[in-house]
Amino acid sequence: MELLAFGNTGWGDELFIATLMTVAVSITAMVIGFIFALIFTPLKLSKYKFLNYIANFYTTIIRGVPELLVIYLFFFGGSGAIMYVASIFGYNEYIEINAFLTGAFSIGIISGAYSTEVFRGALQSIDKGQFEASNVLGFNKIIRFYKIILPQMLRLSIPNLSNVWQITLKDTSLISVTGLVEIMRQSYIAAGSTRDPLFFYTFAAILYLLLTFLSMKFINRMEVKYNRGF
Amino acid sequence: MDINLIITSFPKLIIASFTTIKLLSVSLLIGLFIGVLFALLRINNNIILGKIAYGYSYVFRGTPLLVQIFIIYYGFGQVELIRESIFWSVLKEPYWCAVIAFALNTGAYTSEILRSAFQTIKPGLIEAGKSLGVNSKIIFYKIQIPIAIRQSLPAYGNEIILMLKGTSLASTVTLMDLTGVAKYIISTTFKPIEVFIIAGSIYLFFTFIIHNIIKVLEKKYSF
Repeated sequence: MELLAFGNTGWGDELFIATLMTVAVSITAMVIGFIFALIFTPLKLSKYKFLNYIANFYTTIIRGVPELLVIYLFFFGGSGAIMYVASIFGYNEYIEINAFLTGAFSIGIISGAYSTEVFRGALQSIDKGQFEASNVLGFNKIIRFYKIILPQMLRLSIPNLSNVWQITLKDTSLISVTGLVEIMRQSYIAAGSTRDPLFFYTFAAILYLLLTFLSMKFINRMEVKYNRGF
Repeated sequence: MDINLIITSFPKLIIASFTTIKLLSVSLLIGLFIGVLFALLRINNNIILGKIAYGYSYVFRGTPLLVQIFIIYYGFGQVELIRESIFWSVLKEPYWCAVIAFALNTGAYTSEILRSAFQTIKPGLIEAGKSLGVNSKIIFYKIQIPIAIRQSLPAYGNEIILMLKGTSLASTVTLMDLTGVAKYIISTTFKPIEVFIIAGSIYLFFTFIIHNIIKVLEKKYSF
């Protein structure tokens, strides 16, 4: 137990901060994923075949290739790509991107592919009558989307999004390979310096279980809230 | 684009992908066995056994696969009792540690898939069997199991693909599977895009094959 003490004698405070880091990366990745999903869902449902191909390409590749490989691509390739773009604009210094951003971005792209599929499913299950009714009432496309379709789509996608959230939360453990100090990395450091890997990795597992448990509680409450009246 | 690198690293990655396939098939086989066992524990009427099975699947589905591998590979080696037992000859090999972790992980998901498949079987079918005087063992083998297989095929196909991606984590415990070799080439040549294209295509090719096998099976078992 003294291994978990706060302060300089134990790893309690470090692991606490690492847990916050895991939550922060997961939320950032989820938000980035949402942005990707909101871009690619309309492409997926568009009537133009070419746009469909682009969206299908994205979701198929990301869902068929291991997460670790995607993370390696961004970890090793990210700063190179940015330096290349910068060199076009005449900036030739070395640019290092921060581990948090690389991690959140690579996990975000992955969770975006899953969210796209979730949103597509939800959009397709919205009753056709809703679209027709809003046309009859004379709403324009933008208001129709934001005021009528989006709220229903979000309600329908909550159960599946909670799965995506669980996947995202667990995927953040892979960012530890890039050196970002989240739960897994901190446990690795602690296990290395105390030579007690069993204790620290088990503790990491408990922390992840706690996070998934708490987020399930929260999501269930949200589901009840948004299903009022249905 | 470095075409030369693509050509020289392609055979290395193909050889490495055999390790991936071996890991995948062995752990799926053991995982299926574990999954069936725990699914049966879940659907039987014994509350304590059901709770144990639920706890197992909750823990393994709620924690990242990486943590599970690290506990088995780094953690178990620390316990004196395990080091002196006969299990040590298995647990000191990174290959078997990875297989055990994958099998336990996929077993948890499989048990959940099979449980929901068994529970969605309409009670009418079982009642019809009973009223025809079929004994309960034959009902289980001839009615419940074929329907459950059909019900669980699409979800199990997804699980196989998730597991294929999961095997990439074997590279974190020094195994040179497809991702492990890809990472090695990337870190020695610093050309991530080329390597990603080849390794990614190999993974996509496997995904494609698995997807189609499941599709054929679904058609075969559909009613």
